[in-house]
Amino acid sequence: MMDTIIAFVKQPLVMEVLITLVKIGFIFGLTIGFFAPMLAWVERKQSAVMQDRVGANRAGVFGITVIGLLHSLADAIKLIFKEDFIPRGAERGLHTLAPALAVIPALVVFAVIPFGGQYTLWGHDVSLVIADLDVGILYVFAISSLATYGVVIAGWSSNNNWSLLGGLRASAQMFSYEVTMGLTIIGLIMYYQSLSLVDIVAKQENFWHWGIVWHFPAFVLFLACAVAENKRVPFDAPEAESELVAGYFTEYSGMKFVMFWTAEFIEMVSISGMCVALFFGGHHIPFLTQDFLLNALGDVFGPNWGGVIVMLIGIGVFITKLVILLVLQMTIRWTMPRFRYDQIMKLGWKMILPLSLCWIFLVGVGILTGVMPTP
Amino acid sequence: MGDMNEEKKIEQGASDSEVMARAKAVLGPMGVMIHTHSQHGDDTLVVQAEDILKVMEFLHGDEGLKFDMMMDLTAVDYLGAEEVHPYLKPMNARFEVVYHLYSVEKNHRIRVKAPLTEESPYVNSITGIWVGADWFEREAFDLYGVVFRGHPNLKRILLYEDFEGHPLRKDYGKMKRQPLIGPVN
Amino acid sequence: MKEENRKQGYDFHEASRTETMTINMGPSHPATHGTVKFFLTLDGETIEDIDVEIGYLHRAFEKECEAQKWNGVFPYTDRLDYTASVLNNVGYAMTAEKLIGIEVPERCQYLRTMISEMARMSGHYTNVGAGALELGALTAFIYFIEARELLWDLIESVCGARLTHNYVRIGGLTNDLPDGFRENVKRVFAKNRKLWDDFDIMLTKNRIFLDRMRDTGGISQKDAIAWGFTGPCLRATGVPYDVRRAEPYLVYDRMNFDIPVGTTGDNFDRYLVRMEEIKQSMSIVEQCLEQMPDGPINVDDARWRMPSKDDSSTKMEPLIFHFKQVIEGPSIPVGEAYQAVEGANGELGYYLVSNGGGKPWKCRVRPPSFALTSALPLLVKGSLLADLIPTFDMINLIGGECDR
Repeated sequence: MMDTIIAFVKQPLVMEVLITLVKIGFIFGLTIGFFAPMLAWVERKQSAVMQDRVGANRAGVFGITVIGLLHSLADAIKLIFKEDFIPRGAERGLHTLAPALAVIPALVVFAVIPFGGQYTLWGHDVSLVIADLDVGILYVFAISSLATYGVVIAGWSSNNNWSLLGGLRASAQMFSYEVTMGLTIIGLIMYYQSLSLVDIVAKQENFWHWGIVWHFPAFVLFLACAVAENKRVPFDAPEAESELVAGYFTEYSGMKFVMFWTAEFIEMVSISGMCVALFFGGHHIPFLTQDFLLNALGDVFGPNWGGVIVMLIGIGVFITKLVILLVLQMTIRWTMPRFRYDQIMKLGWKMILPLSLCWIFLVGVGILTGVMPTP
Repeated sequence: MGDMNEEKKIEQGASDSEVMARAKAVLGPMGVMIHTHSQHGDDTLVVQAEDILKVMEFLHGDEGLKFDMMMDLTAVDYLGAEEVHPYLKPMNARFEVVYHLYSVEKNHRIRVKAPLTEESPYVNSITGIWVGADWFEREAFDLYGVVFRGHPNLKRILLYEDFEGHPLRKDYGKMKRQPLIGPVN
Repeated sequence: MKEENRKQGYDFHEASRTETMTINMGPSHPATHGTVKFFLTLDGETIEDIDVEIGYLHRAFEKECEAQKWNGVFPYTDRLDYTASVLNNVGYAMTAEKLIGIEVPERCQYLRTMISEMARMSGHYTNVGAGALELGALTAFIYFIEARELLWDLIESVCGARLTHNYVRIGGLTNDLPDGFRENVKRVFAKNRKLWDDFDIMLTKNRIFLDRMRDTGGISQKDAIAWGFTGPCLRATGVPYDVRRAEPYLVYDRMNFDIPVGTTGDNFDRYLVRMEEIKQSMSIVEQCLEQMPDGPINVDDARWRMPSKDDSSTKMEPLIFHFKQVIEGPSIPVGEAYQAVEGANGELGYYLVSNGGGKPWKCRVRPPSFALTSALPLLVKGSLLADLIPTFDMINLIGGECDR
């Protein structure tokens, strides 16, 4: 019996499926299980630190509060048991579908973001990305544009004028910034000559080929677009609480509200993941190649366990870079006031778009003349 | 900082008696004045309610007075306290509409009062002279039931539409209850 | 644009058949702090028409005052502009004293001036901070709330209340300054100045903030005067009218302070005027503390002042006077008086009528934000929905004051 199971598992196809499932499980655990609640906590605590106050520290079990960490748990429990309210006159079906449409694309984007390199462990090739697509970047944009539907449908189906206004603002804003966001990284694609995120990360092994080194302007533009796409301050006009109550999710409560909430946090993580993959060398440590690590650790722990340790280091490095970018986004969120809706559009179409076109031109000239050596 | 000269002007301004003298000189012959006093230094004109527009137009437009700002407008119900002002009893007046005017340019003030009887609490609206009087007149109408003729939108402002009576009238009991009303829709 | 299109035979509006949207903003909407309702007609996001409905916080201020003894009115006045309570106290007390014809001792005048300026700071902190909050800058808001809390600690040490400070009485004050007050002022103002600087750095030159505030909600000098604008909103248009300077009351004529004025009258100027006034107020408080003489804080005449609690529980005569004050009220001479003070929002005028009884026959307050709010349609018509937020905030409708 045991033998047959082991034999079954050892079949290459089954092994492949199992490894993929483990990776999917890891990503789910990382985003929904770790980052979503942690970011809720960070948002509270970081704002508290920035604002010279204590922050959430009351939720606790038997008096143990763990510097407010349990608030996320308390929130989850409260929101799960909260009444799921659907306003009269709302499109019940679409109203229920919308949160799912918002949260799923945010999660699915992770399929192409590499959170480590390629390793050979016990004769199996392990690549730390769920799907190594040749058109990874296009996939990211295709999927993230789907998230617009969740927002628009939420706004329209709620039968509330404020929601509708929020949905309209969101759709206009997200569509415009998608275009601009795509253009901001064209230069990067020209530079790495690939649309696959795995390729791009692999080409950043040398620190001097990191995206941030040659493409700092593109990074700034991309981050601005990404924050706008995610509708966070200063681009949170669609959910501006002082104008539109809560924008498109005004009429949501309980778990559906949680889904919008988590979608926002997961999008923050996926934006940071994209930034890390495109600009910050993915899992690479500056001036330290993976081969060097593999050799050094392989000598001590043997090639397989050495590989596992290198893999864990890679994941750790990736997550560290991710966290730094998340903190940066949080800092922006707690510093800036909010744009007016038409100013957001003006910024997107009249500032970032021409600037990114200029950058594409400059990168083209740089590559042709050899000023910008491609990896 | 504003212009120093301009500030000086505001500091010095015209003296109160000048305002009173000018007002008396012009309004006296028009026969609109009932009474004047300067109690506690507040120059006060009491005028016929039906002539209020004439008086206000003069005070607003006169080069020497130039009352460009309508500071405050309210009404007072003297039911049972007519002895406060000597001119109320002979006129059989119950209400008084009180205007406080101010001149930003000249830095002087004046109080204009128009007594009204209970039977005809009507006075002309001054929104044509000072647009800012709009809400003040609505408030006086709301709380005292003084009707401002020619007001563009004379309806209740602080209270709700279905409120019965005018609560600041002295015959409206402090503990009087209003009928409960439900939501309109 | 529309006209041009029509001339060319193509009317975009006709072709796309847009409709306006009517929407209720308030009374319970995050932006309408102080409960007010806007009935908006929106063309897309442009405000075509706006109808402002106030009165949700109406609590019969005047009717209640007419039923109270002269001194019993004070707690009601605290709740007018509750972000700057003592200013209301001062205005009422001064009007009543004008009716009586008494003048309070010099030390009392200094104390009143000082506490008024603290109240003004508190009002401006709330207003400017809330303005930042409404625009999404929560951190800046909390900076000013911290500054305000520290200031309230000071006021609390003087009068015992944190929000509805009740310090002034007809003919004087409730009590003198507590021990160590000067040192506390020094400490709190040092911290306040730092917070002010931080706030200034975060917002005044912030491009996003500038874009939101500049050229929104503007009004011309002429319109502002016609609509009865006073206070920071009038000064933002460039009219240097300030009751403290135009008709100096208390000891303002001995104080050295500037009246900041704007040029365009838009929201950004209103913001700048208020920010500068906070600094000026701090300086006035410090000048008051420097110049303040020793002496009594209440008038001598026992008919017009509340005897102190200590005296009235130990001595016979103060007890009688206390009893008379509470049961009958001071019998203020027959007459009428209007006295204006510079409130946090503008000219705060009291018009009192006495019929010689123990209660005010009429207690009218001229609420500055009432006049400001009535001009709101003028300020926002034709602008975007989002512009209503900073405009409404800089108008600073305080429900307690506007609705009374």
